[in-house]
Amino acid sequence: MTQIHVNVDGVAYSDDVEPRMLLVQYLRERLGKTGTVVGCDTSNCGSCTVHLDGRSVKSCSLLAVQADGREVTTIEGLSSNGELHPVQQAFHDTHALQCGFCTPGMIMQSVDLLAENPNPTESEIRVGLEGNLCRCTGYQNIVRAVQQAASSGGGGS
Amino acid sequence: MTAVEERPAVEVGKARKRKEDRRLITGRTRWTDNLTVPGMQHIAMVRSPCAHARITSIDVEEASRATGVVLVLTGQDLADEQGSLPNAWPITDDQKAPPHPAMAVDRVAFAGEIVAAIIARSAAEARDAVELVDVEYDELPVVLDLEAASQEGATLAHPDLGTNVSATWVFDSAEAGSGSDVDDAIRDAEVTIERTYRQQRLMPAYIEPRSVVVDPTHEQITMWSTTQIPHILKLMLALTTDTPESKLRVIAPDVGGGFGGKLQVTPEEVITLLAAKRLARPCKYTETRSENLMAGHHGRDQIQRLTLAANRDGTVTGFKVDLLADMGAYLGLVTSGIPILGAFMFNAIYKFPSYRFTCTNVFTNKTWTDAYRGAGRPEATYAVERMMDELAAELDMEPMELRKKNWIKHDEFPFTTVAGLEYDSGNYEAATAKAMEMFGYDDLRREQAERRDRDDPVQLGIGISTYTEMCGLAPSRVLGSLAYGAGGWEHASVRMLASGKVEVVTGSSAHGQGHETAWSQIVADRLGVPFEDIEVLHGDTHIAHKGMDTYGSRSLTIGGIAAFRAADKVVEKARTVAAHMLEANRDDLEFEAGKFTVKGTDKSVAIGDVALHTFAAHDLPDEYEPSLDAEATVDPENFSFPHGTHLCAVEVDTETGATTIRSYVCVDDVGAVVNPLIVEGQVHGGVAQGIGQALYEEAIHDESGTLVTGSLVDYLVPSAADLPSFGTDRTETPALSNPLGVKGVGEAGTIASTPAVVNAIVDALRPMGINDVPMPCSPYRVWKAIQTASDGGQS
Repeated sequence: MTQIHVNVDGVAYSDDVEPRMLLVQYLRERLGKTGTVVGCDTSNCGSCTVHLDGRSVKSCSLLAVQADGREVTTIEGLSSNGELHPVQQAFHDTHALQCGFCTPGMIMQSVDLLAENPNPTESEIRVGLEGNLCRCTGYQNIVRAVQQAASSGGGGS
Repeated sequence: MTAVEERPAVEVGKARKRKEDRRLITGRTRWTDNLTVPGMQHIAMVRSPCAHARITSIDVEEASRATGVVLVLTGQDLADEQGSLPNAWPITDDQKAPPHPAMAVDRVAFAGEIVAAIIARSAAEARDAVELVDVEYDELPVVLDLEAASQEGATLAHPDLGTNVSATWVFDSAEAGSGSDVDDAIRDAEVTIERTYRQQRLMPAYIEPRSVVVDPTHEQITMWSTTQIPHILKLMLALTTDTPESKLRVIAPDVGGGFGGKLQVTPEEVITLLAAKRLARPCKYTETRSENLMAGHHGRDQIQRLTLAANRDGTVTGFKVDLLADMGAYLGLVTSGIPILGAFMFNAIYKFPSYRFTCTNVFTNKTWTDAYRGAGRPEATYAVERMMDELAAELDMEPMELRKKNWIKHDEFPFTTVAGLEYDSGNYEAATAKAMEMFGYDDLRREQAERRDRDDPVQLGIGISTYTEMCGLAPSRVLGSLAYGAGGWEHASVRMLASGKVEVVTGSSAHGQGHETAWSQIVADRLGVPFEDIEVLHGDTHIAHKGMDTYGSRSLTIGGIAAFRAADKVVEKARTVAAHMLEANRDDLEFEAGKFTVKGTDKSVAIGDVALHTFAAHDLPDEYEPSLDAEATVDPENFSFPHGTHLCAVEVDTETGATTIRSYVCVDDVGAVVNPLIVEGQVHGGVAQGIGQALYEEAIHDESGTLVTGSLVDYLVPSAADLPSFGTDRTETPALSNPLGVKGVGEAGTIASTPAVVNAIVDALRPMGINDVPMPCSPYRVWKAIQTASDGGQS
């Protein structure tokens, strides 16, 4: 067991974890942060995307111990004071989700994409979301959501 | 025929943003794997690496002693209680099927079959112990190739059956009286086109892996499962495991996509149930993605031998279809019936005078197949739309002109097809005209000619798909005639609460389709209450005690109509109370916008006040039961028949074989629309899945029967970067079989798009003498087709 100190969604946690425990397992199983989900095991689907020190990572591809001393933001920590993050709002406005399983990862990746490139073209959005799979929407409304968030100027966080 | 409802719609037709989004975009979700029940144990499965083998021994000693392991189960342990997994659709009286145990007892028939289960304190400990189970296999010969498996003397997937052929099913228009004899048509034809197409094996690849939790610590055992079919699952588990139906409660909480892939009674559900019962403790099983791809059912996998007969003027005179359908190793819930769902759709939108469909279902040592989005109908649509293009090429006709020559005209509805279905409504001309204009069809044809003239290495191809489909599965009498094991009705109840708020309970269980929003819109209009005041409940057999669940684009056309009818019954009950309150005759009351008014007066009462009055029950009409609840069960009169025209332009790089979709336009006619936002989303997703089949996806097994495409690294689910934006629009020809005029939209895009894309690729390459590229049309396959053609077929 290794002790880690992690700040997740604004709360400081200190836990003993098995060195092999994945960050996503730590979030889900130890912290009850079930908003972040697992879709594939091979880091293809991106459903488990969270932010580590403000940049998107696939939490199935990191060990919990790698998050030691760092700050994690999950989908559950994205909105503040009951206000949706502009990207969350845009996903709702443009019907960018159907079953919603890929959505947390898709939103976290979109936030990161916009932080890096506040005014992306359609093609830049598509390439920027390439690591996140959605089986329901055909991506069109997801692209639209990112465009809406970008034009509202609220993409960067 | 039901008249289309004339009452003014306020909510129906509005692009309401979805009610269900808020939870999903903030991570406040109840996916099955999120659930934890006190005392819950975790299950991991030991799966066979062999595609066909006798199990000679299983040594579980070491696994049983491993840290945290509370129980190890083998097939021998469960043999007496696990029963055989259900096949609800024996398509012929003499259909052959092997026993289908949830856990293999002495033989495995595909790689990935479960041979043992570990139940431990944690998921990690259970998985660790899987490695400690020592299974010895005596390998048996495998049969994997569908064509080979269908031959006499083939290696047998199940030696005890004595054959790989499960059943042969025939529809003949001459025998059915719905058309003439197809062999006569072929004999007398001026032109015949013969082709063989392969519908490759696909994997549903919903993003949420399957998971099941069973809690046996109540009088009723509760199962949460990632399922499309909580009601069917409940009944089937009862029958399979000899558990009284009344002792089971099944909950489908949030379910992350299905596409038919979660229309199943799975071995994992049965094993988790039996383990929980045995331990008298809650148990959870969640699969890994590789387990999902290996052992969750697959889709498609057919060989289609097709003969189209026509006159030189382009009039089609007959269509003969011979199918081989790969069942894989077992028959799942509706495995055997999937090709039959296509049997009625090969004639599509056309007035073919003769038709014969023969399907042979064949076993192989691969994962079993079953429903996947469209289920039988995409295969049929692909076949006919590809063949229409082939005929057009043979006759040197413009492919759209050929279609126009053969399709049912808008003034010919209702039309009884050669397959015996009655299409109630449609307007193929209108959808096509709109699509061609949006697409810029003539301009693209000009550009195509220019590129051909200048030998451009990047050629342009234009693909057409004018499809229809049968939705709203299904009229119970039809299902009965096809030997399906259940009916096709759907149930709903509507309850007015004392405060005037409304609960709508539906037996159709959503997993992304937006029922909460659409059903709210329907009921809001019927009751005249605000959209926001309605709560839609589903997916729990306690709450929705009756239901036939979600598949086959049935939810709206049957379940939505049940909610509509139940709401109207509530209004009629409320009318009695309102009349009493207003001291008027029932018949003198008008009901509009949620208010009962005595005709010609200003005396009125709102339905919410009627609800409170009914709840108080102090002053009700004599013998009036104090309730404003109502139920409705709807059995559809007919299928519904959405249709549309999809047009695809591709650029094919003839030097690399790479295909790029340049534009994709579709005009769908799904009848009246409850929520255009949701409809458009369904079309986008459906089109994307069909493009996946055309260009990217294929489940591949190696020669030993191991799934090569066993992760999302190898199985190419399209990403955002692989797809274009689609141009979508609609025409609205209302269905006549239900009062809303709705037709269903869940599968349309998937059914339509695959042939549009492949027709476009073949169209680009046809001047090179190419008339087919097998799916998925990868750059290699396209390049190979070009090489073979330029070598005169030598390479």
